Amino acid sequence: MPLIKLQKQVLLKKIGRKISDDKLKDRISMLGTDIESIEGDEINVEIFPNRPDMLSEQGFSRAFSSFMGINTGLKEYKTEKSNERLIIDKSVANIRPYTACAIIKDLEFDDCKIKEIINIQEKLHSSFGRNRKRCAIGIYPFEKIKTPIYYKALKPEEIKFRPLECSEAMSAKQILSQHKAGKEYGYLLNGLKKYPVFIDSDDNILSMPPIINSHSTGKVTDKTKDVFIECSGFDIRILKQCLNILATTLADMGGKIYSMELEYGRKKIKTPDLEPTIMKIDLDYVNKILGINFKEKDIKKYLERMGYRYNHNRVYVPAYRVDVLHQIDLVEDIAIAYGYENFKGKLPDFFTIGMENPFEVYKDKVSQILVGLGLLECYTYHLSNKSIQSEKTNCKSDLVEIKDTKTEYNCLRTWIIPSLLQVLSENKHNEYPQNIFDIGTAFKKGNSETGVVENDRLAICLCNEESNFTKIKQILDYLFSQLDLKYEIKDFDHDSFIEGRTGRINVKGKNAGFIGEINPKVLSNFELTMPVAALELNLTELFSLL
Amino acid sequence: MNLKKTANLLSPLEREILPLLNKYSSLSDLQKKSGLKEVEVMRALQWLSNKQIIELKEELKEVIKLDENGRQYLKDGLPEKRFLNAIKEEALTLDEIKSKANLSKEEVNACLGILRKKNAINIGKDRGFLIVSINENGKKMLEKESLEALFLKLKFPFEIKDLTNEEKYAFEELKKRKDIIKADLLKLKSAHLTPLGKKIIKIKLKKKSIDTLDSSMLKSGSWKGKDFRSYDISINVPRIYGGKRHFVKESINYIRKIMLSFGFKEMTGPLLQTSFWNFDALFTAQDHPVRELQDTFYIKDPEFGKLPKNLVNKIRLAHEKGIQGSTGWQYKWSENEAKKNVLRTHTTVLSARTLAKLKKTDLPAKFFAIGRCFRNETLDWSHLFEFNQFEGIVVGDVNFRDHIGFLREFFKRLGFEKARFRPAYFPYVEPGLEIDVFHPVHKKWIELGGTGILRPEVVVPLLGEDIPVLAWGPGFDRIIMDYYNVNDMRELYKNDLKKNREVKSWLK
Repeated sequence: MPLIKLQKQVLLKKIGRKISDDKLKDRISMLGTDIESIEGDEINVEIFPNRPDMLSEQGFSRAFSSFMGINTGLKEYKTEKSNERLIIDKSVANIRPYTACAIIKDLEFDDCKIKEIINIQEKLHSSFGRNRKRCAIGIYPFEKIKTPIYYKALKPEEIKFRPLECSEAMSAKQILSQHKAGKEYGYLLNGLKKYPVFIDSDDNILSMPPIINSHSTGKVTDKTKDVFIECSGFDIRILKQCLNILATTLADMGGKIYSMELEYGRKKIKTPDLEPTIMKIDLDYVNKILGINFKEKDIKKYLERMGYRYNHNRVYVPAYRVDVLHQIDLVEDIAIAYGYENFKGKLPDFFTIGMENPFEVYKDKVSQILVGLGLLECYTYHLSNKSIQSEKTNCKSDLVEIKDTKTEYNCLRTWIIPSLLQVLSENKHNEYPQNIFDIGTAFKKGNSETGVVENDRLAICLCNEESNFTKIKQILDYLFSQLDLKYEIKDFDHDSFIEGRTGRINVKGKNAGFIGEINPKVLSNFELTMPVAALELNLTELFSLL
Repeated sequence: MNLKKTANLLSPLEREILPLLNKYSSLSDLQKKSGLKEVEVMRALQWLSNKQIIELKEELKEVIKLDENGRQYLKDGLPEKRFLNAIKEEALTLDEIKSKANLSKEEVNACLGILRKKNAINIGKDRGFLIVSINENGKKMLEKESLEALFLKLKFPFEIKDLTNEEKYAFEELKKRKDIIKADLLKLKSAHLTPLGKKIIKIKLKKKSIDTLDSSMLKSGSWKGKDFRSYDISINVPRIYGGKRHFVKESINYIRKIMLSFGFKEMTGPLLQTSFWNFDALFTAQDHPVRELQDTFYIKDPEFGKLPKNLVNKIRLAHEKGIQGSTGWQYKWSENEAKKNVLRTHTTVLSARTLAKLKKTDLPAKFFAIGRCFRNETLDWSHLFEFNQFEGIVVGDVNFRDHIGFLREFFKRLGFEKARFRPAYFPYVEPGLEIDVFHPVHKKWIELGGTGILRPEVVVPLLGEDIPVLAWGPGFDRIIMDYYNVNDMRELYKNDLKKNREVKSWLK
């Protein structure tokens, strides 16, 4: 989750009163933002991904001061017409088809503010913008741009400009292969024959989204007063939302918002559109969900605390809020304004009957029987590794592999004995006998919803000087007598076991597992110097036979 | 401890030795009189000394021992005697004597000196060679053993002060000669009764007490009239280990017990799921970061699973356009994305499946699940790619206050009297909460995870109408770690058999 830094003094000034650090911490977290720390004047807050409008100091204090009862209700942002045009060329249609833009005037920039804006841009990029994939943002000094501005796609060889903070002009190819931003985000342009650019009426390239701005026409300095801002991507709704967040933040920094006219062929739209959207709310629904008897005036008060306007079952949702999809989202905001800490817990007055899953009970019984025989239960991972599953155990099988793992665990296990052999090999320094078992899920390709069949299997390994076929079969005998099942052992070859000392366990004509003495070759692969007798039983199969 | 009890503790060996201690104190005497082996006597003395019945003393004494030549002469006879024997019949040259008596040149010379001093031989010369013959004195010497020869036959070692005058003479003579005797320091052990010992020895002890009671004694009744030797019951015994459930399974069973007592039904289901169930049915947009490869385990082959036909369009609608007053996510929902197989990232997937099967007549209903979930993580002390989650849902006429009520009761049962709830965001619940519990020992809040009321976009497609569903799914590895004082998450799955054998049982 993105973290933002706030200045305590600035925040306290906004709410117009002094409160202790503890109280401040409590209020910040009860607003639904995770307080990380308060150190001196610096407050660190984590913002949940559904509230990108709070990713700036301006956005956060707008929400927080209203929550604290200062400047409640809907905040109106005036938009003036600029009559500036932006023309979207057909060439971007299959490349990065949409943009939403605005001009913000009368900003007073200093180094601190420039840094702040870059910060907001970065935070929006990484969270709401999904690392520029869904939405990329550009901010430009408007005075250096000759309008109308064009958004079009050019062949890479037609693109050449001096990227931000570089000393010389570079070609598109050079930017992607040499520039830091090019190397990081270049994959977003992979496979495209043309790349998108913003270009002004003097044919100056402003930027190549979603990679980098131009140094000459795309760098905001302390002399900049007016900025042109654009968001580009694939979903116009998302871009408009992002633009609204950015424009209102800049307005809170002292700027004036001017709209632009975007020409998508014949279709013309004006952005930004900061009109609040209207959502209906039903008082009964609110009370049903929250279990409280709110009156209309209560929910009005609470909605206003959360930055909404309420009027006759209609809620005016500010244009920078992207998380209000259904009235349930308003219900949550009412609960937050009322205070989660003020809800008294109760228990419902209906009655239900508890019930265990019978297979879980069965597996638990099997474990208890084995514990009665002095065996120690283990608890192992389902993820395994190809070498343990097949090479070390000398046993070929069709493994279910996983993608892009960050560890050496690269597949799902097909059987459990290898997990236990691994446990034994890690416990060579500990006292023997080591007689262990585990019940866990094993995976194999087959007919099911996912194409993988899961079975819960029991594995037992007896590891001590005396372990042999007789000892493991005694356990099998006892277990089956307790489960009231009969079994037969059939001849069986398995490369993990010693030939002539391995058998299939057959129950009611079905294969239910195998039993035997582990092959010394396998033992040495696991660096074991103590004999192991083992069995593996498919409990899912056994349970289905009951 | 009273005397009788102490006496009863005595082992058979101690009982043999104890009466002898009245008269004897040296180890050698005790060994001789008891007829036991030296180690047995030593063991008995040590045990008696542990019980403070005797005091063991060690003395250093200077004693005389036979040296190398001395031991040889004891076997072969002294050289002077062998010299005299060689010339008993005829006078011989020194070389002839040397070979006949099997003596070294040194010994021959020594003998000449000794025998001359004792006036036992005559020495003459023939053609330049010395010739030695025996005289009357010498013949007499042959008839009886010399004092020196007798001395060699004494029982070594012994102290000089114990010698008679004659022995002392022989000792002085032999001392001058090479490697026959030597002086040595010797540790002499002796046992002496303590005041307690003197009392104990007066108690009449049966020599035969019963050590191990066996079945033959019981069958024959031979135990009758005998004493049982008492044991030292405070003694350390060798450690044994029992068979045992794994501590994580024990804690899972405990949570299961709580949920059953609250009237919840258990849900189970596969670990591998389609993204449809794991994400889409839970209204997680297809471009949500949680669905990225770097957070979630996808499967190489089979990469895709099958979708439930009856639900696909309902879920598509919820995502693309929204249902029942929702705007939805307003994007193009992809069936292919939903088909991707994924290792379940939460047990909430089981709740989604349960809701899809639930009939109106089953309501109200409560379900729980405890199970393994996965996330694409590296392995370190605070990160694992497998973890446990427990899941509960309540479906029916319930609200936010019931939600808080349930959670408070649940955590109370786990030992956390204080719980607090903060607003939090999860894509499939609204209102969403984060649970913190107050740790009674460490006096701090622990974050346990997320809960909330399932969104209408989740419930309506699965259940058919907007009925409140309370849902919670905190991880509980942290609770287990806290109970067992584990600081490294990897230990839950490490299976260090020594630790697992010794770890305390889950006592709740």
